[in-house]
Amino acid sequence: MSETTPAKTKPKSNNPLANKERIKLPRQRVPEQDAGARARNFQEVNLGFPIDQARQESLRCIECPNPGCIEKCPVSVNVKGVIDLILAGDFAAAAAMVRVDNALPAITGRVCPVEDQCESGCVLGKKGEPVGIAYLERFVADWERSSGHFGIPKSAPSTGKKVGIIGSGPAGLACAGDLIQMGHKVHVFEALHELGGVLVYGIPEFRLPKDIVKHEIDVLRRRGVEFETNVVVGKTVTVDELMQDEGFDALFIATGAGLPRFLNIPGEHFNGIYSSNEFLTRVNLMRAYRFPEYDEPLYPCKDRDVIVVGGGNTAMDAVRSALRLGAKSASIYYRRTEAEMPARVEEVHHAKDEGVHFVMLVNPVEFLADEKGNLTAVKCIRQQLGEPDDSGRRSPVATPGSEFVVPCSVAIIAAGTTANPLIQSTTPGLATTKRGYISAKEDTLATSKPGVFAGGDIVTGGATVILAMGAGRKAAKSIDAYLNGLAVLN
Amino acid sequence: MYDIVEARPLARNIKLFVIKAPRIARKQKPGQFVIVRLDDCGERIPLTIADADPEAGTVTIVVQAIGKTTMLLCMLQAGDKILDIVGPLGKPSEIENFGTAVVVSGSVGTAMAYPTARELKRAGNNVISIVGARSKDLMVLEDEVRAVSNETYVVTDDGSYGHKGLVTDKLKEIMATQKVDYVLAVGPVPMMRAVANLTALEKIKTVVSLNAIMVDGTGMCGGCRVLVDNKSEFACVDGPEFDATRVNFEVLMQRNNMYREQERQSIERLQSDPQAEVDRLRRKHHKLGRELEEATGVTCE
Repeated sequence: MSETTPAKTKPKSNNPLANKERIKLPRQRVPEQDAGARARNFQEVNLGFPIDQARQESLRCIECPNPGCIEKCPVSVNVKGVIDLILAGDFAAAAAMVRVDNALPAITGRVCPVEDQCESGCVLGKKGEPVGIAYLERFVADWERSSGHFGIPKSAPSTGKKVGIIGSGPAGLACAGDLIQMGHKVHVFEALHELGGVLVYGIPEFRLPKDIVKHEIDVLRRRGVEFETNVVVGKTVTVDELMQDEGFDALFIATGAGLPRFLNIPGEHFNGIYSSNEFLTRVNLMRAYRFPEYDEPLYPCKDRDVIVVGGGNTAMDAVRSALRLGAKSASIYYRRTEAEMPARVEEVHHAKDEGVHFVMLVNPVEFLADEKGNLTAVKCIRQQLGEPDDSGRRSPVATPGSEFVVPCSVAIIAAGTTANPLIQSTTPGLATTKRGYISAKEDTLATSKPGVFAGGDIVTGGATVILAMGAGRKAAKSIDAYLNGLAVLN
Repeated sequence: MYDIVEARPLARNIKLFVIKAPRIARKQKPGQFVIVRLDDCGERIPLTIADADPEAGTVTIVVQAIGKTTMLLCMLQAGDKILDIVGPLGKPSEIENFGTAVVVSGSVGTAMAYPTARELKRAGNNVISIVGARSKDLMVLEDEVRAVSNETYVVTDDGSYGHKGLVTDKLKEIMATQKVDYVLAVGPVPMMRAVANLTALEKIKTVVSLNAIMVDGTGMCGGCRVLVDNKSEFACVDGPEFDATRVNFEVLMQRNNMYREQERQSIERLQSDPQAEVDRLRRKHHKLGRELEEATGVTCE
């Protein structure tokens, strides 16, 4: 390799190629499970880069002086540095470097909407395809896990301060990772019996295997983070009790997305109609797809028609799960067009490859059932796109007289969530927004209560894993400042 | 994991458990429930809290073996563990001095009605309890209810104990002879519906405790939605107690039948070798206990 043209201006780089050679290299395609086979199993779709492909993809990075990838990353992972360490063959150091900024690399490497984040900042994307940053991040995290070497960053000396984190989803875990590194004692409360929040109840196994989440949490545990499951803050214990009676010096509320939003149309109580939250919780958290080995029942999808109402990532997760449960047909019903769908392009593409039907510009108006209350069909109305709404997307308008009836046995409503009031209603003095989310200052995530911070979906409404992690990191920084008495944040 | 401190049969297929769960014991109020999961393959089921001892850090639940999980639970003994218990969930019962309060309960529902009856008495109500069961061997907590009631009537469908007939027959009698200000009904859905229909005639404030199927119990999934005034409400966070006149009991029954076939399969699996299932659960708990110690004991530089 030393015989090839050296990169003159970057003497310390481990990349032996000149930029003009690098930009000629094609983006590596990540191996995937065959679409026909994977549509019937719950194993992971993306198989990840083997070492040679990871190296080959890393060679494409032109090492910009001001990397747009880092700028576009909500947690500012040092992408350039990590890629260089991959090229040096020091994968453990690469993993440790990712972990400095990102407590959950094996997870974000799988679920981040990279086309809107790091990869959108990659200069190669302007003329061709960006570097496959998420695949590389996943590569180092997976390598670390399979090697048994942990790229664990060193923690600061103990400060003697105790921080409680409410919720073990991406915001809570990211916050825990940073706070433990700063030397604080960290105790995480989780309402469910399993740790990980949306990572375990929401995102399906075929996109994010549970073992990976468990591993990332085990790493945090090794770093000293304490976890307590089965605590519903607001019911089992209140925020004030935690601060006053249990001796926490600060709290971070990261309870995530809340109550499922239904369509509020006739017949929505019929058997076979689920919120996406319930359907995915049964399938993922409770492993209903492994019934009867696991006890959790699920209304049968096998050999039946399943429709999913919605166009986001949750809708994609639900419809692809239904397919894997043996549905005869699995369809997305969305009231706008594909261009307005909030789901990631890759997820839509995967769903199509697997055989999901996409029915656009339709809206359910009524569910129909047999005499036992079991769903038999959905009545829909066709839509047209009208004027743009607050979100900038064109609002769908119903076309009068265009109703039609589609037979189906299972319907899953993926129409978003609203704020869960459990903590807000039991915490006097905690300010909320008009829509019931917790009010937190944008720069510090401080709430109206001293020492209490909040971030993630419970502040912003439903968003993404990485944005929640970004909030977790921001909160950790302000909590650290608060505990050091640096600023009056409220 | 949570220790079973006491396990005592109360009636045929009905067992009382005292479980160490200090956080829940401290916070629980009458009318609230817990969700339990027995082992890592288990489902989450809601069970009403029958009593608690905050000093001892224990909660008491009364369980009727009717599904796979409750059957397996009822085979456990003091010294065994359950993997998960979370709570207290749901809104507490509304307690005030209504005047004359009739507490109607059916079978294992008596365990759920008992703590509320006790608090109603404490609040100054004239508490009349009607305790029903299909037959004598399904009757539970009669003495406890008697101790907190001004009057107690026992009713069985088959006449094997107390009055023969339905709890609504007794309720009708009471309504005919005195002014009733408040009724609480806890038990099988048809019984609660019959009570609701009866008291609606005289516009008596009536509350029922609904046993909807739940998963998380915190409002996240909406699986426990019930039709109340023709709108969806969640039994886990808006209930479990609702104004009886507003509840659509037909829909509740339909939804409670949603997994009938899967429940049958699970029961069959359990019954093919119940002892093996209990042994497996105990082995798993033992192994998990060791793993937990290891996981929390390890430190890393």
